[in-house]
Amino acid sequence: MKALLIAESRQGQLLPASYETVAFAQQLGTETSMFLVGSPQSLPQYAGKLYLADAAQAGEYNPAVHKQLLLRVIEQEQPDLIVFCHSSYGWDLAPRVAASLSVAQVSEVVDVVDGDFVVPACNSKLRRTVKPQSSPAVLTLQSGAFNLEAPSGSPQVESLGIDVKNGIEFVAYEAAEKGGVDLSKAEIIVSAGRGVGKPENLEMIQALARALGGEFGASRPVVDAGWTEHNRQVGTTGQTVAPKLYVACGISGAIQHLAGMKKSEFVVAINTDKDAPIGEVADVLVVTDLKQLVPILTEKLQS
Amino acid sequence: MKILVCIKQVPDMESKFKLNPAGTWYSDQDLAWRMNEYDEFAVEQAVQLKEQTGGELVVLSLGPARVREALKKALAMGADRAVHLQDEASHEKDPFAIASAIAAYSREENFDAIFTGMQSQDRGSAQVGLMLAELLGINAVSTIVDFSCDGNSVTVKRELEGGLKAVVKTSLPALFTCQLGLNTPRYPTLPNIMKAKKKEIATPALAAPAALTETLSVAYPEKKGQGLVLEGDAGELADQLLSILKEKTTVLK
Ligand SMILES: Cc1cc2nc3c(=O)[nH]c(=O)nc-3n(C[C@H](O)[C@H](O)[C@H](O)COP(=O)(O)OP(=O)(O)OC[C@H]3O[C@@H](n4cnc5c(N)ncnc54)[C@H](O)[C@@H]3O)c2cc1C
Ligand SMILES: Nc1ncnc2c1ncn2[C@@H]1O[C@H](COP(=O)(O)O)[C@@H](O)[C@H]1O
Repeated sequence: MKALLIAESRQGQLLPASYETVAFAQQLGTETSMFLVGSPQSLPQYAGKLYLADAAQAGEYNPAVHKQLLLRVIEQEQPDLIVFCHSSYGWDLAPRVAASLSVAQVSEVVDVVDGDFVVPACNSKLRRTVKPQSSPAVLTLQSGAFNLEAPSGSPQVESLGIDVKNGIEFVAYEAAEKGGVDLSKAEIIVSAGRGVGKPENLEMIQALARALGGEFGASRPVVDAGWTEHNRQVGTTGQTVAPKLYVACGISGAIQHLAGMKKSEFVVAINTDKDAPIGEVADVLVVTDLKQLVPILTEKLQS
Repeated sequence: MKILVCIKQVPDMESKFKLNPAGTWYSDQDLAWRMNEYDEFAVEQAVQLKEQTGGELVVLSLGPARVREALKKALAMGADRAVHLQDEASHEKDPFAIASAIAAYSREENFDAIFTGMQSQDRGSAQVGLMLAELLGINAVSTIVDFSCDGNSVTVKRELEGGLKAVVKTSLPALFTCQLGLNTPRYPTLPNIMKAKKKEIATPALAAPAALTETLSVAYPEKKGQGLVLEGDAGELADQLLSILKEKTTVLK
């Protein structure tokens, strides 16, 4: 069994998530080689063969260019598995490669059981065990599912030339707006999710945060709807927080939200759905309507 | 301009999921169905593009008879006609088979712009859109959070990690997978719901290859959390919770 691991780089820097593919291969016990469009100045600590295309020539991510390079390496290596991270890079490139080879793709693998792949379904309320019916098969790994072993070693580099240049044109990066609150420093955060129902109800979440002496945060839909600013958003596309107390009000606990708050010391979830996946990380799950409980909590704290 | 938007109907994620008899997916009994959340953003963007450029907007869904409800919603939001690829066992199809079936239909239609959701809420594979583009041999940009079209040239923002975005340009034809927050999906108005009733829902023959992945089983995740679950009267819950916080954390004085 042979796995081709797909590393990632942005603006000349290797992205550390790349090592999760190494951790996965170790768990599976397969032979590996690695593919990277990146910089020779920022190579992975990896003791194996690395197919490297220089990002200085390839430019920032262009799917057509990366796909062509990768198909060439797959042709040469004949791997059984092609392993990506389920990241903005991996979930974009993997289906293109799978479809052009007419092979199976299994997305967001969280575990391997007897050689079969376990993936979440329905916002992690279910787990599906899947067997690819093709070889090779393409996988993407859920972020954080395979722990990074301390990597070591240096790769044997085989350089790849770049011959295609078409498709999509990269223009620029746009950073998130800076300023406002820094939730990562807060000791107490009370966050509002879509379960608050309407923007006026945000006030009761803010009042509870004040009564506890903390900050208020939010899940993505609350931010997307314009009920509060983006710098309040907790999760993969917002802030990563680790307060002493995190109170999730009306938040289901999608993986992208959990990634931003699961390092909190103590988590309280207030949710009408007893099976909400937030229960997985909650020290206390209070199954009730937040509109009833939150004002009572605030009142009791103030008296 | 000729525009296609692909939508999936999914259960409400707050549902209590039971398993089907084969144990390979959720049972579709006693569920409330809705349009996949990501696809609402796709429909809205497609309608906005049609309003800007004129032309025709087609909405397509592959699935059993119930998906007509989702198609009707898209028609009421502004699509001109619908295509229903009928498949009573669509849950057995994998993303490659679904993308192939959509490609088989859309190849002759020569759409200038295709919109899909970034991912479906039940399967969550984030594959169908990009595979469809690959099968059609057109450009694709995934996870867009901003879209603007000027003639044959489209500029979009692609969402990356931690709030970073990439601004990219593509010519048409192209496919876009839509991320949450791309726009504000409109609510269908009553007159538009009435008008939508007269719009065509075509049912062309379905042509799809065999699935490339097999689902062996579906199960509930093992409860890892050691968490306490509190239920009951709100006033009592508040007292219980506060005494737990006093005992277990250092934040309440
Ligand atoms: C690439 C990507 C990046 C993402 N990044 C982020 C991110 O950074 N942060 C983020 O939060 N999300 C992110 N998301 C979105 C994420 O997948 C979820 O869609 C989102 O977190 C859901 O927010 P929610 O829990 O508030 O809403 P929902 O999932 O709709 O949950 C609402 C919850 O409220 C409960 N509820 C309803 N009414 C009440 C009531 N009266 N009282 C108590 N409970 C109630 C319901 O039972 C439910 O559990 C991202 C998604 C993608 C694909
Ligand atoms: N059965 C289907 N019919 C129409 N479109 C679909 C179907 N399944 C998935 N899609 C589209 O593909 C996107 C990604 O789905 P998925 O690959 O399942 O995560 C969805 O948001 C839809 O736009």
